[in-house]
Amino acid sequence: MEFLFEQFITGLSIGSILLIVALGLSIIYGSMGVINMAHGEFIMLGAYGAWALKAYAGISLFPSLIIIFIATALLGALIERGVIRYLYRRPIDTILATWGIGVMLQQLVRLTAGGELRYVEMPPSLAATVDIFGVDVSAYRVFIIIAGAALFAATWMLVNKTTIGMQLRAVVQDRSIATAFGINASTIYTGTFAYGAGLAGLAGALVAPLKSVSPEMGTGYVVDAFFVVVLGGVQSLFGTVASSVLLGQLSGVLAYWQNDTVAKALVLVGIVILIRFRPQGLFVTRVRT
Amino acid sequence: MAIRRRSFLTGTAALGAGLLGGFPHIWIKDYSLARAAGGEIKVGVLFSITGTTAIIEESLNKATIMAIEEINAAGGINGMQINAVVEDPASDPATFAEKARKLVVGDKCVSVFGSYTSASRKAVLPVVEKRNNLYFYPTLYEGRECSKNVIYTGAVPNQQQDEFVPWLVEKFGKKFFLIGSNYIYPKEENNYCKKLLEKLGGEVVNEEYVPLGHSEFSSVINKIKSTAPNVIFSTVVGDSVVALHRQYRAAGLDPAKMPMASLTTSENEVAAMGGDAAAGHFTSAPYFMVHKSPENEKFVAAYKKRWGDDKVTHFVSEACYFQMYLFKQAVEKLAGSDITPDGIREAIKGQEYLAPQGKIHLDKENLHTWLWPKIAVAKSDGQFEVLKDSAEWKAPDPYAAYPNQKCTETGLKEA
Repeated sequence: MEFLFEQFITGLSIGSILLIVALGLSIIYGSMGVINMAHGEFIMLGAYGAWALKAYAGISLFPSLIIIFIATALLGALIERGVIRYLYRRPIDTILATWGIGVMLQQLVRLTAGGELRYVEMPPSLAATVDIFGVDVSAYRVFIIIAGAALFAATWMLVNKTTIGMQLRAVVQDRSIATAFGINASTIYTGTFAYGAGLAGLAGALVAPLKSVSPEMGTGYVVDAFFVVVLGGVQSLFGTVASSVLLGQLSGVLAYWQNDTVAKALVLVGIVILIRFRPQGLFVTRVRT
Repeated sequence: MAIRRRSFLTGTAALGAGLLGGFPHIWIKDYSLARAAGGEIKVGVLFSITGTTAIIEESLNKATIMAIEEINAAGGINGMQINAVVEDPASDPATFAEKARKLVVGDKCVSVFGSYTSASRKAVLPVVEKRNNLYFYPTLYEGRECSKNVIYTGAVPNQQQDEFVPWLVEKFGKKFFLIGSNYIYPKEENNYCKKLLEKLGGEVVNEEYVPLGHSEFSSVINKIKSTAPNVIFSTVVGDSVVALHRQYRAAGLDPAKMPMASLTTSENEVAAMGGDAAAGHFTSAPYFMVHKSPENEKFVAAYKKRWGDDKVTHFVSEACYFQMYLFKQAVEKLAGSDITPDGIREAIKGQEYLAPQGKIHLDKENLHTWLWPKIAVAKSDGQFEVLKDSAEWKAPDPYAAYPNQKCTETGLKEA
């Protein structure tokens, strides 16, 4: 029983990191249809933000989260206004453009912050472990699980319970009709992209204390994020949660049964098979296009 | 026409340099000095400045460049300056091969200094073997290679493990958990570790490999908890090292009871994971930044002065540094016309040099290096403390795990 619970927690903490990493992508991809290849680089920028704020301004992780969210969101808005907005409904061009932006951001960080791995300190209050039903769990991992749930809840509320969210859903349903009703679609798009970028920045800062921080770190995350979003169903926030928990548990179990190399391969095979028979993903939200 | 013009220029330049140097007879010996032309010696420098392994290879590039600058500032080699042709292979083995070809064939470099990963070395190997050039490889690696075109200045498994594993067994116990990245280097190291453990009556409770670049160690840590080993023997590489240490610490495991013993964790990785996550874990390597010797003090001070105060030196960058001096000593012995890869290979055999780690020696037979293995523990200030220094230099045996094979001067011998 204790073993099962420990395994469950492991899966949950893998899943929570996937969720945090995928949430921003899910919002941007799901509502705007923009395949943001620079998502990983926003995550990387968030992690570097956490490092820089600590190293140069002495700000510890928690307060810097707010600054990082705002800063990456602003950068996202800038990129949407400057590049993405001219490429709507041209998916190939968007992929190329965002990929290019990603490469530029990577090299920019390499040139300014240097190529070496950077170090983001874990908040001392969370460096210990907590006892949950007799199982020692890293306090920071518990915090990540809670943060993932909170970010999801906030995003869900924003999309489903606020006027902005309603406008966003209207634009997603039918941009021209929504515009006819007086909704400023372009502002909504800018805001959505900015929010997604901000979430990615937060994700980077949150995972940094457990992982390593380097200019190339985004590449791995963006792949994970796409798997989560594609598996969950592109336009469903709940799908993103469900698929990240599912993938987390699955990799946890497979890694325990075999090892991480096999787990990674089997999970990919599983996703490919599932997409073959259910291209729309696990969950579908009906929209008119 | 071009050849005649070059010969003429070379001749006059060499003559000028020779007269200045006062040893004209060395320099006018042969007019067809294609390689050591115009009073300079061309060498290739092949470390990734971009891509995934740039994180570490940047420091190797820096150490190499610094050694070249030092040698040139001190008058070069027999009055000739080293001209470094620096290429960026972008962490991609195919690009390594392509750039190596360019350096060897196009630039006519007499030697190439490069590579961090085994994959990139294996990619360059056919190029330098076909063109009979020399490749200086500074990284510790898995052994089991016997090329006459590679000068190996990093440690092989027997040099890092022969003292380390018995020491770990004596101090902590016989139950080992082997964890490595999923490629050839960790597998060969573990292969040798298992052989040593077998002799010592040790036990491997689990042997596990994670994908390269892996950063999620929850499951591995669960297995560590449930198998309760005495030692976690780690050959995880790159940024995975950082993730493993940080997650180990976050999970509340205690290095005093169950330390990680690594062959790959250097000052570079420790700086990235933070001293708190590194403290209490062990590494075996021929060089640590804190090693006390006049040569090392000079090396560290020069490195910081050249590249910045926050920079660290480590066991691979040290090898980059001293192998350039080995190269210098070898070329010094040669007349201008003999500065060819073949000439350098013959001259470098048996060379000794007082490196930061101690006096090293290049083996005549297998072209590997006699080194000074040390066992050290990481401390929370990001540096190591050397606990055990070997009493004498340790001979390299690239086939230590394969007793019926031996690397000799004429090639690999099967017994």
